[in-house]
Amino acid sequence: MYDFTPIIESISGYFTSTFSPLWAGVLLMVLLGIAILGFYAILGLYLVYAERKICARMQNRIGPNRVGPMGLFQTIADLIKLLMKELIYIRNADSILFNIAPFIVIVASIMAIGSIPFAKGLQAIDLNIGVLYILAISSMGVIGVLIAGWASNSKYSVIGAMRSGAQVISYELSVGLALLCMITFSGSMQLSEIISSQEDGWWIFKGHIPALIAFVIYLIAGTAETNRGPFDLAEAESELTAGFHTEYSGIKFAFFFLAEYMNMFIIAAIATTVFLGGWLPFHIYNFSVFNNLMDLIPPIFWFFGKTAFVIYVMMWFKWTFPRLRIDQLLALEWKYLLPINLINLILTSFLTLMQWHF
Amino acid sequence: MEDTVVDIDLKEKEEYIINMGPQHPSTHGVLRFETCLQGETVKYLIPHCGYIHRGIEKMSESLTYPQLIHLTDRMDYLSAHINNEAVSLCVEKAMGVEVSDRVKYIRTILAELTRIASHQLWWSAFGMDLGALTTFFYGLRDREKILDIFEESTGARLLQSFITPGGLMYDVHPNFQKRVTEFVKYFRKKLPEYDQLLTGNIIFRERTQGIGYMSLEDAIEFGVTGPSGRGSGFHCDIRKIEPYSAYPLVKFDEITFDVGDTYHRYLVRMKEMWQSLSIIEQLIDGIPQGPIMLELKAIKAPKGEYYQRVETARGELGVFIVSDGAPSPARIHYRTPNFSNLFIINKISAGHKIADLVAISGSLDLVIPDIDR
Amino acid sequence: MALLKTIKEVGNYFLEIYDGLASLARGMKVTGKYFIKPSEIVTQQYPENRATLQMFDAFKGELILKHTEDNEHFCDACNSCARACPNGSIEIVSKREVGEDGKSKRLLDKYIYRLDTCTFCGLCVPACDQNAIAFSQEFEHAVFDRTKLIKQLNKPGSHVVQKQKTEAK
Repeated sequence: MYDFTPIIESISGYFTSTFSPLWAGVLLMVLLGIAILGFYAILGLYLVYAERKICARMQNRIGPNRVGPMGLFQTIADLIKLLMKELIYIRNADSILFNIAPFIVIVASIMAIGSIPFAKGLQAIDLNIGVLYILAISSMGVIGVLIAGWASNSKYSVIGAMRSGAQVISYELSVGLALLCMITFSGSMQLSEIISSQEDGWWIFKGHIPALIAFVIYLIAGTAETNRGPFDLAEAESELTAGFHTEYSGIKFAFFFLAEYMNMFIIAAIATTVFLGGWLPFHIYNFSVFNNLMDLIPPIFWFFGKTAFVIYVMMWFKWTFPRLRIDQLLALEWKYLLPINLINLILTSFLTLMQWHF
Repeated sequence: MEDTVVDIDLKEKEEYIINMGPQHPSTHGVLRFETCLQGETVKYLIPHCGYIHRGIEKMSESLTYPQLIHLTDRMDYLSAHINNEAVSLCVEKAMGVEVSDRVKYIRTILAELTRIASHQLWWSAFGMDLGALTTFFYGLRDREKILDIFEESTGARLLQSFITPGGLMYDVHPNFQKRVTEFVKYFRKKLPEYDQLLTGNIIFRERTQGIGYMSLEDAIEFGVTGPSGRGSGFHCDIRKIEPYSAYPLVKFDEITFDVGDTYHRYLVRMKEMWQSLSIIEQLIDGIPQGPIMLELKAIKAPKGEYYQRVETARGELGVFIVSDGAPSPARIHYRTPNFSNLFIINKISAGHKIADLVAISGSLDLVIPDIDR
Repeated sequence: MALLKTIKEVGNYFLEIYDGLASLARGMKVTGKYFIKPSEIVTQQYPENRATLQMFDAFKGELILKHTEDNEHFCDACNSCARACPNGSIEIVSKREVGEDGKSKRLLDKYIYRLDTCTFCGLCVPACDQNAIAFSQEFEHAVFDRTKLIKQLNKPGSHVVQKQKTEAK
């Protein structure tokens, strides 16, 4: 439970010893694919359920509570309903692009999940350019959005897709720069090394002021990246019906919906890894009794607990604030977040050189 | 949409026409905005109303005077009591009778409670249009308490038909005073929360300040009354100009600002809720005893033309009755506030973006059945 | 002077940012407070709470003709309520019968009430001199067949209460 490395080693050992290297590789990849897809689907379903319950509590009401005990099967019922809906084919729409778009969005987010460290030894692939890989992959999601808007052949969809595209590529800059600050602190882009550099304390505490500023900027830019929260004008229900996914129905709409929640999970997971110590428990400096108590909880619970906290903060943003207009959103990025990010980066580099962090 | 009549000429390149409505989540009711956009900017806007025209004025010609109230509270259904009060006052003015003090006090208290309920619903829907989805639930949660007060005394939550020519239909429940006092105390604690959640919020201020500027001359020329007009400096509160019912007995301020943008129209309504609470507090403890209904042989207006105006939650409602002595009016016409408030939207939203159009139409607080009657 | 102006502008920039973040934090405090301690759940679990659900006494649910335990009602078919109704949702069918003293009396045959056109304005109830009709608190009226909404209010086998019991109110 505490260290998954022996289990993973034994599984891959079994495969390599029983089959030829080619077949072993292929079978391992298939197994990994099934595991990640299963995890993706189940987590997506329960994130939707969690959002409905959290927003209900903020609004003085109970969320879903009829389908299953405490409403746990509500999202499964919604999924079955969506699967049974008619797939509407749009006349004059580019059918190849129209059908590919949801898949591009889903593929981009699944590829990003593959490199997140869930617990010690439980990481699908540990690239030495981990952070760069994740940033590059999540930029591919915006292609799906733009294609969806264009191929729908509808005024509302095009407006929504253009807005969303402009928003995502602007905020990627801020996400990248905020992560760059933390890479400067820890000295490496490899995710497992970033975690091991936090063994004596999480970067958000060790890196005091610049790390705190970087965290706040990362949260804001992260919610904007995923088209969530106060930045959700691409799918603003009260203005343009549903933005870029107006014309999608049934399982394709379910893909967009699911991808939004999983992107939120990925942003939260990266925040946990880089700022909050990944799967490391909460240690107070040299307070060994407390530290030993914290070590009892398995790292995988630490990881999911911290990610859940960050996801809760993102949901809190969505249900409290009104929406920003597109020009205000872009002004926020280019006039406020980017200059502050650059100043923060200079500050971080200075602090790292002078070793003035903990 | 290509085969419908297009009223706008596309002059420049990259202009296109979008229809917002009649079924749309944010125009509150069935109203169609034919918008000519260039990119994201609104160039020209034509509102098309009439989707919910029911012929109230024509139907009223075959009803007797006491039966008119069952149609008037379906015009602006969020200020149902005030609409009924308008017709009742006009008929009483025509007959030359005056109701008892008890009736005047209760009518004013019900009217102010209706005003608060209407502003609560407006606040909920405005926040929801702008994206803050929790405001919907907070506003409606507090509005339930007012609707409970109405249901206990009048029997219905929304369309009460309670204020009738000659007085009230029944007496209020004995719990009325206690419930209203409790509600005033409860709401005084909740109203600052509304300000914390939405009014001071920087995102909200950025979305509404400087948007939809309406000058004083435009407000007077188009006849924009009510809180929308008062946000531009137009002193049009009928409760101060021609006081009726128990308004001469209470002290309250008329809230005007002279800035004229969406934010100040919003502020007028928030501050009006405070004023309504203070009016209710001044009246609730001193309701005199007295008869509920006048002893009249028949409720019939003598021959002539009569006009009465009241201040609903959205502006000035005028009732014009032409009578020739029959039990039914010969012609009745309602000057509704929403009809005049609607047509200024073209002038004030030109040059803004689509997202601002939603904020502007939310701040004008339109209730569509009032436009079409 | 130019330097002073730039310093002021830079200061304003940071002040704006702080101001904005503070207003956002205030808003989040309100929703956060309700998340931790929702003061009351304002929704009711409707079909399960039918046993305790009570409407107010004045609630205008559905029109009924009041009946006593001996299956007697108070309506004398005077047609006032039908005249008061603004859209003709009440129709009174009366019959003439010869009483013991030889005079023909008007009696109620059928009291037809159309729930599908009634607007619940309540103008009929005060119009009745005998206080014979009232509103009940029943609100579950949904039916699959619209003809079920045209109801006959006088129960089968009931007759009007004898004259000495009622006083004109």
